[in-house]
Amino acid sequence: MTRRGVLMKFGILLNGAAGLVLAVPIVRYLLSPVLRESKPGYESWLSLGSVALYPAGQTRLATFQNPGRGPTDGVTADIPCWVRNVDNVKFQVFAINCAHLGCPVRWFPQSGLFLCPCHGGAYYSDGSRASGPPERGLFEYRYKLEQGNLLIEAGEMPTAGAPSASLINISEGKSPCA
Amino acid sequence: MRLIKNVGAWFEARLQLATPIRETMEHPVPPQSASWAYVFGSAALTVFGLQLVTGILLALLYVPSAGEAWNSLQILNHQVTLGWFIRALHGWGSNFMVAIVLIHMVQVFLLGAYKFPRELTWIIGILLLLLTLGMAFTGQVLRFDQDAYWGLGIGASISSRIPVLGPWIVKLLLGGPIIAGATLSRFFALHVFVIPGSLILFVGLHLLLVLKLGINEWPMPGRVVRRATYLQEYHEQLHRDSIPFVPAAIGKDLIFSGAILLAIAACALLFGPFGPGGQPDPTIIQTAPRPDYFFLWLYAVLSLLPPSLETPVLLIGPGIALAVLVGLPFFSGEGEKSWKRRPIAVLAILLVAVSLGTFTHLAGRAPWSPVMDAWSGDPIPANYLKAHTAVQRQGALVFQAKQCHNCHVVGGSGGERGPALDAVAVHLTHDQLVRQVIQGGGNMPAYGKNLNPAETTALVAFLETLCPVGQAPARDASRDAIEANQ
Repeated sequence: MTRRGVLMKFGILLNGAAGLVLAVPIVRYLLSPVLRESKPGYESWLSLGSVALYPAGQTRLATFQNPGRGPTDGVTADIPCWVRNVDNVKFQVFAINCAHLGCPVRWFPQSGLFLCPCHGGAYYSDGSRASGPPERGLFEYRYKLEQGNLLIEAGEMPTAGAPSASLINISEGKSPCA
Repeated sequence: MRLIKNVGAWFEARLQLATPIRETMEHPVPPQSASWAYVFGSAALTVFGLQLVTGILLALLYVPSAGEAWNSLQILNHQVTLGWFIRALHGWGSNFMVAIVLIHMVQVFLLGAYKFPRELTWIIGILLLLLTLGMAFTGQVLRFDQDAYWGLGIGASISSRIPVLGPWIVKLLLGGPIIAGATLSRFFALHVFVIPGSLILFVGLHLLLVLKLGINEWPMPGRVVRRATYLQEYHEQLHRDSIPFVPAAIGKDLIFSGAILLAIAACALLFGPFGPGGQPDPTIIQTAPRPDYFFLWLYAVLSLLPPSLETPVLLIGPGIALAVLVGLPFFSGEGEKSWKRRPIAVLAILLVAVSLGTFTHLAGRAPWSPVMDAWSGDPIPANYLKAHTAVQRQGALVFQAKQCHNCHVVGGSGGERGPALDAVAVHLTHDQLVRQVIQGGGNMPAYGKNLNPAETTALVAFLETLCPVGQAPARDASRDAIEANQ
């Protein structure tokens, strides 16, 4: 083997090593939205204001700020959700996102249904599936009442595969005739 | 004049590009290939050039920040001189580009140009189609309005269904757990750096392959491609009879490209820029998100698939489609090129075209969506209430108040989600109507919880009047038998 040949091989090896040294931080940087999850997590308890804002027997739109909001988020930092006050003791807080593909569902008190404008998903007042493409009921946030305030645990967009979505009990709501 | 010549010679002595450029320009092509059918590839390249130029012009003022993007588009539309026109050119250019790339693909398929030895050209072409669609989707996101916001939600919801990796992919797509500032920034990076960079690279390879392998000869029925002999035959044909690309063949390309550019400019001038729609404020939920036209068919498919089939189709369908497209030149790399001898190929194109056309048309009407305000805007026509009893009229009131109109047409207005009810009494008996209202079923929600017995009675009484003159109402045969026996 010639001296030049050895130099070339050493050169390739050195650049390969440099590539690895750089690749590790680059990949970690790219994966930061995923890796961060394991540390504090994205979810935190947020206040939806006084319970008095949500009269018993009604379903009202509420808004909270994304707990992980950044300086460039603008109006996207405000996230809506539906609060249903069942009897002043039991509440249900539904994600705005249709369980089908995430479009914003709207509450129609007259017909007692949540309807989705995209693909026509429909849910009963307790969030359970009524008809249309969704395979399940609306996503629900965990909630608690503290000093007269309604708090929910939120921060992640609920999707069918999100870990937070699977934690919520969805078997509760049943069709009135099931 | 002499000075120009001298300067030219100075550069040429160093660059030595004159010969390769001339050879490229004058590369021989079969005379029949200088055809109007072969102008779509060059037109796609021309529109891509227009997109690069207008894209850079827009980037001079666009602010890729979730807080500012929408405002910067308003400034482009309304305050900057001709900003609206540059936006319109870019928007219409993208529509034309998707359409031209698809037509180019159909033409290549029907003229058998994907067969040996041009398999790699075809595969890179598929990649270019995917990149073009990627540009279309990311571009729609940069027009950061309500449709963009909820479109991202749809993208995230689809990705989340991928087994195991779904939640990870959602976060990588959105740059976090939720649609926010980081989301727009990464779609900007994709739309402006990553995808265009890949497009330039692969367009270059695509063109290089066209030059190296030669343009496809015009297919003649009966002239069969064989791997063993094709190259020799092609070169012999070129040797016998060929014309230089410049100036003999480029004329039609130039005319078509120019016409397309003018058509884009005319559309931009006449129809103006696309949006932006409402602010990307997720708390404004009075919205009905729609994708741009090239994804409308998918929007319709997602509404019409049975729920249990949706995830498998979404996850496996694209893989199968891609495998078929990539595999095509390998399992059909030889044989007839002419579409006149390939009936299955022609039928396949027709099937795909009719399917996509039908789905796109359906998506324009979206009959599966309840009409959210039909109850307030369209009262029940007066002639549906004439000579009715009080209970029946009360039922019509329940029909309005409970928003049945959102999903059902009565008297020519209302949603198309459920069946029209103008003749419902012909199809359903009293008992069946009660059951349908209370229990729902067949994609109708159950209203048992939401109607008290009096309301149900009234509503069904009204529905029983919906029986056109001259048609007998539905009757329960068993009840008839019982009454006959009594």
